[in-house]
Amino acid sequence: MFENIIRPETLEPIVRSVINIGIILINIAIIVGIALFHVAYATYFERKTIGHMQVRLGPIEVGPHGILQPIADGLKLLFKEDVIPQVADRTVFYIAPVIFFTAAMTSLAVIPFFEKFVIADINIGLLFLFAMSSLGAYGIVMSGWASNSKYAFLGGLRSAAQVLSYEIAMGLSLVGVMIMAGSLNLSEIVKAQQTYPLGLYLIPQILGFGVFLIAMFAETGRCPFDLPEAESELVAGYFVEYSGFRFALFFLGEYIGMFIMSSIAVVCFLGGWTVPQFILGIPLIGDILSKIPNIIWFLLKVYFFIFLYYWVRATVPRYRYDQLMAIGWKILIPVALANIVITGLIKLWVKGMI
Amino acid sequence: MNLQFPDLTPVMPELFMTALALILLCTELLVKKKGILAALSILGVVVVAYTLIGSSGTTFGGMFVSDGYSTFFKVIFFVNAILSVLISIKYIAIERVNFGEYYSLILISTLGMMIMASAADLIVLYLGLELMALSTYVLAGFIRYDIKSNEAALKYFLLGAFSSAFLLYGISMIYGLTGTTDIKSIALYISEKGLTENPALSLSMILFAVAFGFKIAAVPFHMWAPDAYEGAPTSITAFMSVGPKAAGFAVLGRVFMIAFASIKLEWVAVFIPLSILSMAVGNIVAIAQTNIKRMLAYSSIAHAGYALLGIIAANNEGLASMMSYLMIYAFMNIGAFAVVIMLRSEDFKGDSISDYEGLSRAHPLLAALMLIFMFSLTGIPPTAGFMAKLYVFMSAINAGYTWLVVVAVVFAVISAYFYLRIIMYMYMREPKVEVSLSTSPSLGLALGVTTVAVLAIGVFPLYLVELARAAISGF
Amino acid sequence: MLPELFFAYFAVTIVLFSIFVVTARNPVHSVLWMLLLFFHIAGLYLFLNAEFIAAIQIIIYAGAILVLYLFVVFLLNLREELKIYRFIGGWPSGLTFGIALLAVIILSIRSFIAAPPGKYSINLIREETHTKALAKLLYTDYLFPFEIISVILLVAIVGVIVLAKRRLKT
Repeated sequence: MFENIIRPETLEPIVRSVINIGIILINIAIIVGIALFHVAYATYFERKTIGHMQVRLGPIEVGPHGILQPIADGLKLLFKEDVIPQVADRTVFYIAPVIFFTAAMTSLAVIPFFEKFVIADINIGLLFLFAMSSLGAYGIVMSGWASNSKYAFLGGLRSAAQVLSYEIAMGLSLVGVMIMAGSLNLSEIVKAQQTYPLGLYLIPQILGFGVFLIAMFAETGRCPFDLPEAESELVAGYFVEYSGFRFALFFLGEYIGMFIMSSIAVVCFLGGWTVPQFILGIPLIGDILSKIPNIIWFLLKVYFFIFLYYWVRATVPRYRYDQLMAIGWKILIPVALANIVITGLIKLWVKGMI
Repeated sequence: MNLQFPDLTPVMPELFMTALALILLCTELLVKKKGILAALSILGVVVVAYTLIGSSGTTFGGMFVSDGYSTFFKVIFFVNAILSVLISIKYIAIERVNFGEYYSLILISTLGMMIMASAADLIVLYLGLELMALSTYVLAGFIRYDIKSNEAALKYFLLGAFSSAFLLYGISMIYGLTGTTDIKSIALYISEKGLTENPALSLSMILFAVAFGFKIAAVPFHMWAPDAYEGAPTSITAFMSVGPKAAGFAVLGRVFMIAFASIKLEWVAVFIPLSILSMAVGNIVAIAQTNIKRMLAYSSIAHAGYALLGIIAANNEGLASMMSYLMIYAFMNIGAFAVVIMLRSEDFKGDSISDYEGLSRAHPLLAALMLIFMFSLTGIPPTAGFMAKLYVFMSAINAGYTWLVVVAVVFAVISAYFYLRIIMYMYMREPKVEVSLSTSPSLGLALGVTTVAVLAIGVFPLYLVELARAAISGF
Repeated sequence: MLPELFFAYFAVTIVLFSIFVVTARNPVHSVLWMLLLFFHIAGLYLFLNAEFIAAIQIIIYAGAILVLYLFVVFLLNLREELKIYRFIGGWPSGLTFGIALLAVIILSIRSFIAAPPGKYSINLIREETHTKALAKLLYTDYLFPFEIISVILLVAIVGVIVLAKRRLKT
């Protein structure tokens, strides 16, 4: 993003690398800032949305319309006592939330917010996201075990099984996208979508999108698949013994997880930061809309999915555990596999190889 | 990108075998009578054997080779598979593990052996070995409620995985040294670059010897065999005492005779102690056994020692004698196990040696058959076992290892003690328990085939030996 | 210099972690050491420009296999496990053989001469991207091993179902 300000070729190599590192650090700072700000106001957004859906007001006291509520919540969590159960496995208890949070934050590194704005533009971006989401499962399962409490343990087990099962479906649902784009690099996937109708993979990959959408909910452990933390059964699930800042880390991790899942959906199916072609085609409005910065488009699309999370939470009841497993293994995975075969065959047919 | 479709003729038997296993897996859902599955698998194996004709050639960029050597071994595997299925039908019903997957797993294990015998590339070799081993692990633990079967599967699995690690170390070292996994290219590279004196090459060779030693159950890599053989379902004990062992010998012959041809002296020096130890431990420890499956396990270890003599001879004659040895061993060993299986009935285990006391009174025919198999395993003429030992010993003597043959003969004499003890029990003791046999037509057929084969090969051995020699000629 | 340092770090930590894995008293801790070990192995793969394999290493080993392993450890009630004392201590003989094997390997590895590298140099892989290069090889030169692996996986599935699910008629 700073290419126009600094001409790299005129500088000494050492200075150049220092500047490069500086740019990366600035990028990281920006993204961490966005993420934390997002989490803070995503909670506010959630409470407001659900509040209004349930015909109540939601947070209203702190600041105008309760707009300062997240900040008050954050301060409260920071200053709360950090309680550690006596029978807990202390080391594991300490590191579990850190792993969970780190995995979520690290995933942010490969997400392209807009063209060329990505901390690490790696070739295996998608796989990296899967790897990090499977690492996140460890944070959950370890916290459940280390707390040495029935509720936490059951929550941890449920969550690990759930994440594991749905990760397969999620991974397979994106294989169609990989086949069509011919790349695992997220920026490349966004660019490859431009040649398709409407600039989206949503339409050719509708099967994959459907599977991904369901798996996305399960992967983040949100309603209707929030069995790991089902309040009525497990009190709060795997983080029941956590308090203070460690609890905040789980909280942050969960919301960043939602942000990442939504970003993957946007990047892989909705054309990322690009503006849908058919809108740009409209004479007057298209001109105005194309002036809007890409990041806004990206965030708009992401927030659409985040709204969907809240919407579903407000309307759909929770599934039973065996139903969850049945959906994952017996419906989503076969559908995703079928999608791969169909996509592959069509691609071969288009290329004229069969 | 130009995709050139590989020539599939050489892999036809393997393709048919895979198809057969998959068909069986699906038929299992529809067919309630398991006997039909067994019949189908036997018929299928016969068809697969038929496709062996005209399948010679090399394909997949030289990774897979179908030659006389591999074809001969594949015939051993087919014999093993068919006989094992024949002796299984009644037995697995008695053990209440009458699942259709049983036959598919036997076939897939056989497929793994076929791939091993035909592997001309170390990667294919390793994968074939894993395919064979993985199916056999499952089969060994097939009687789930039986703690001994669990033990067998677990021990076999852990030590098998351990030996795979050795094999992978060996493969990675040889790959690092030569930059290829193709067996022929390895030999070429070694002789071209003069790596013969390199200790790293010797280390790699030793790692290979260790890994294959595990598979053929040669001492000191035999630890798993007695427990695995005792605990596994008897039909599977028969299957895995012949098949995986023969497959191990197949890859042993190919890798050592081709890839390590230039360090022949070194690997012969490794195999001589393995062979002597196998014969010693196998034959001496077998004397102390009270369980017939354990005794046959030690006998199987000892037989690996004899067959290794053919490898030690390190020439085509040695290989041919090793091959005919394994073929004969397949018949006589499965025959012996068929007798053991016949003693197993609903509420009688019948795997203790004392159960054979006075068997000739109640069941003279069965005792006579057991007598033949025990004679053959000892190596007493006119049975096939004698001819097998004779040819192996001859090849070792011709290669200049007379002293080794003397040692082997001494151990063969020792082995007579425990083989003939069974005969002594059958004919010279009073029966203590009433033994009721669980006969079935298939078991009878298996016994008939093995008996005829053991006697026929014993009387007319030349045909088999000539076949083995012809098979090896293009090696 | 830097590559050697990187490699030394990975190699030493991998060995160290694997020692922790086998010596940890608590099976869960041992699984967690294993997790760290897998990450370092993935690091080694990355170091070799094998990014696809590095990601797969994490996704499959850490993400799937190890979690299942953790499940088994969790669900076993270790207090009720049968404890049997061994007749022979495993330590002395194991240690002797281990050290002997190490000595043999160290002695012989010193004369190791690496073969000339194949055609897939780092530049070629970078140009083609690792995933693509790997995929092309898997589906052309290594098609046969690839197909064998598919049968191996099938056996694993069938085996698990037979051993765990089928009801026995007792």
